[in-house]
Amino acid sequence: MTRITYREAVRQGLREALAADDRVVLVGEDVGRYGGAYACSKGLLDEFGAERVRDAPLSEAAFVGAGIGAALAGLLPIVEIMTVNFSLLALDQIVNNAATLRHMSGGQMSVPLVIRMATGAGRQVAAQHSHSLEVWYAHVPGLKVLAAATVADARWMLAAALADPNPVILFEHALLYPVEDDVDARPAGFDPWHAAIRRPGRDATIVTYGGSLPKCLAAAETLAGEGIDAEVVDLRCLRPLDVGCVLESVARTHRAVVVDEGWKTCGLGAEISATIAEERLYELDAPVARVCTAEAPIPYAQHLETAALPSAARIAAAVRDVVPGKTAAAAAPRAE
Amino acid sequence: MSEAAIASVPEAEAWPARERCLALLRQMLLVRRFEERAAECYQQGLIRGFLHLGIGQEAVAVGAIAALEPDDRIVAAYREHGQALARGVPAASVMAEMFGKATGCCRGRGGSMHLFDAARRLYGGNAIVAGGLPLACGLALADRILGRPHVTACFFGDGAVAEGEFHESLNLAALWVLPVLFLCENNLYAMGTRLDRHQAMADIHRKGDAYAMPHAVVDGMDVLAVEAAVRRAVEQVRGTGRPFLLEARTYRFRAHSMYDAELYRPREEVERWKQRDPLPLFIARLQDGGRLDDAALAAVEAEVAAEIDAAVAAAQAAAVEPVADLLRDVVAPSSPEPQT
Repeated sequence: MTRITYREAVRQGLREALAADDRVVLVGEDVGRYGGAYACSKGLLDEFGAERVRDAPLSEAAFVGAGIGAALAGLLPIVEIMTVNFSLLALDQIVNNAATLRHMSGGQMSVPLVIRMATGAGRQVAAQHSHSLEVWYAHVPGLKVLAAATVADARWMLAAALADPNPVILFEHALLYPVEDDVDARPAGFDPWHAAIRRPGRDATIVTYGGSLPKCLAAAETLAGEGIDAEVVDLRCLRPLDVGCVLESVARTHRAVVVDEGWKTCGLGAEISATIAEERLYELDAPVARVCTAEAPIPYAQHLETAALPSAARIAAAVRDVVPGKTAAAAAPRAE
Repeated sequence: MSEAAIASVPEAEAWPARERCLALLRQMLLVRRFEERAAECYQQGLIRGFLHLGIGQEAVAVGAIAALEPDDRIVAAYREHGQALARGVPAASVMAEMFGKATGCCRGRGGSMHLFDAARRLYGGNAIVAGGLPLACGLALADRILGRPHVTACFFGDGAVAEGEFHESLNLAALWVLPVLFLCENNLYAMGTRLDRHQAMADIHRKGDAYAMPHAVVDGMDVLAVEAAVRRAVEQVRGTGRPFLLEARTYRFRAHSMYDAELYRPREEVERWKQRDPLPLFIARLQDGGRLDDAALAAVEAEVAAEIDAAVAAAQAAAVEPVADLLRDVVAPSSPEPQT
């Protein structure tokens, strides 16, 4: 058991992947000499050389497309895009090529590619570095989408993504890089394709992923002090969604709050709440609630950015709303 | 573009052997007759969607692919029947794909614009203009890193030159030293926009200079000139590992797609270019050089017609994919065979 940061976990995952298989290459802006915009590839250029740890020009479409082509011809590329905002410059390659080539070729072509990118707000870097566009990729058949919310997932998700024969988008939340946790050896049967219950609870289900997980766990702690026992589900895989885990949890708690750092309109929260309504409407004791980012580009000023984003306080308030009476009766014995 | 510019393109310096010439003729005829037949099938409603005919441009695909090795890779754009047929994808397989049948090369998932053949190293059929160029860089990157001697030939039209992906890819290929032959089929029109209306500098091959990339231009209506120019370029790419930009000047005789009223170009221009139709041009040269007599030409025509008749009959008779398989191959369920 060692205590490492999320950043170091990503780095160890990259190093392990490069060491394990000569077909693995790491491509992206400043992944080499600079060591990665978030220092996730520090030292890898020296260890594995410039042929496999490959600095790319600022050409997202070209180097992402090159990753796709290299995957078609037998490499296992890991392409790093500095942030999801910049990935829009490569959206054509990801959506029109990576996601379609297998189906469009009648199953002849495979794109075993991993595209890593940072996402999320909270660092006062304003609207062109802060958005959470994970759901754009989760919308697209042919892609798989992972989001690492814990240090352990940051450490082990990459290997699982690389072992998958499909193009996988792997999201890392920019605020999580300095977070520390104890990481053990790779857990037996490690499976990032399914959701995980990060905190069991009986009164309400909080569904989230990525950078919102710590906020949800903090909210759950606050609520526990008030007698509300919230369950926190970390989706981990945004496509395909593990709806089974969410629905089972809701069937137990009868209440759901979806927390997503993306915008509410047409967002992941909409997908989750629609699925709950379609599949478990009559299990619900309250309407599904959503806590999302305010419908505005992320602003620079700290107080405005904070106000725009989901917070532990807003999450706790949303849970209180769907668990009426609980707060007032916090001191009273539980009904169940 | 002036006629003078085309006339200044150098002639093929040497004639290939008679058998090679006949093979080129047969392929050009196959592509021409296949597309003529596809147009008829479209009128009959047997082929739907977009159908982009390359009639007039056959010499480029046929001449270029004749100069490639079987293990070299090909990335094409959406007007790629010629590339698929020249690469040896059976006419029956291409026709069935356009009929949307289970026996098509992509089992009806791709259609006319998305012809793939992994065994023949044909990577589409890319309908996003310039979207194939980054793929070509990646295919070549894998060959470079894994130490394979292959060249990737990437076909695209003059319209692609206005896209950012063209410039990004040329820079990347030159910077990373990737064995790509970028082959621009300049047919003077990006759909309906003439070259001089979308390029500030319309001498496409010279854009290679901006990326320190060797370049050349060739008469795309002369199959022997194309074959020779591509052979030279590919030798250089294979020898140096560096990319090359080749512009082939050609012309599309038919409409952009089956929906195009051709309001953007004068009839006379089309008729003028038809005087340089690559097929009669090549046939006349073969006949003048004593390499082809009427009987041999008729035999090739008959052979090609029979192949296309059989392709259409087979496509009509073939089954469609079951709807139950709609979601098949959207994602791979398990690890596939490694790709090479």
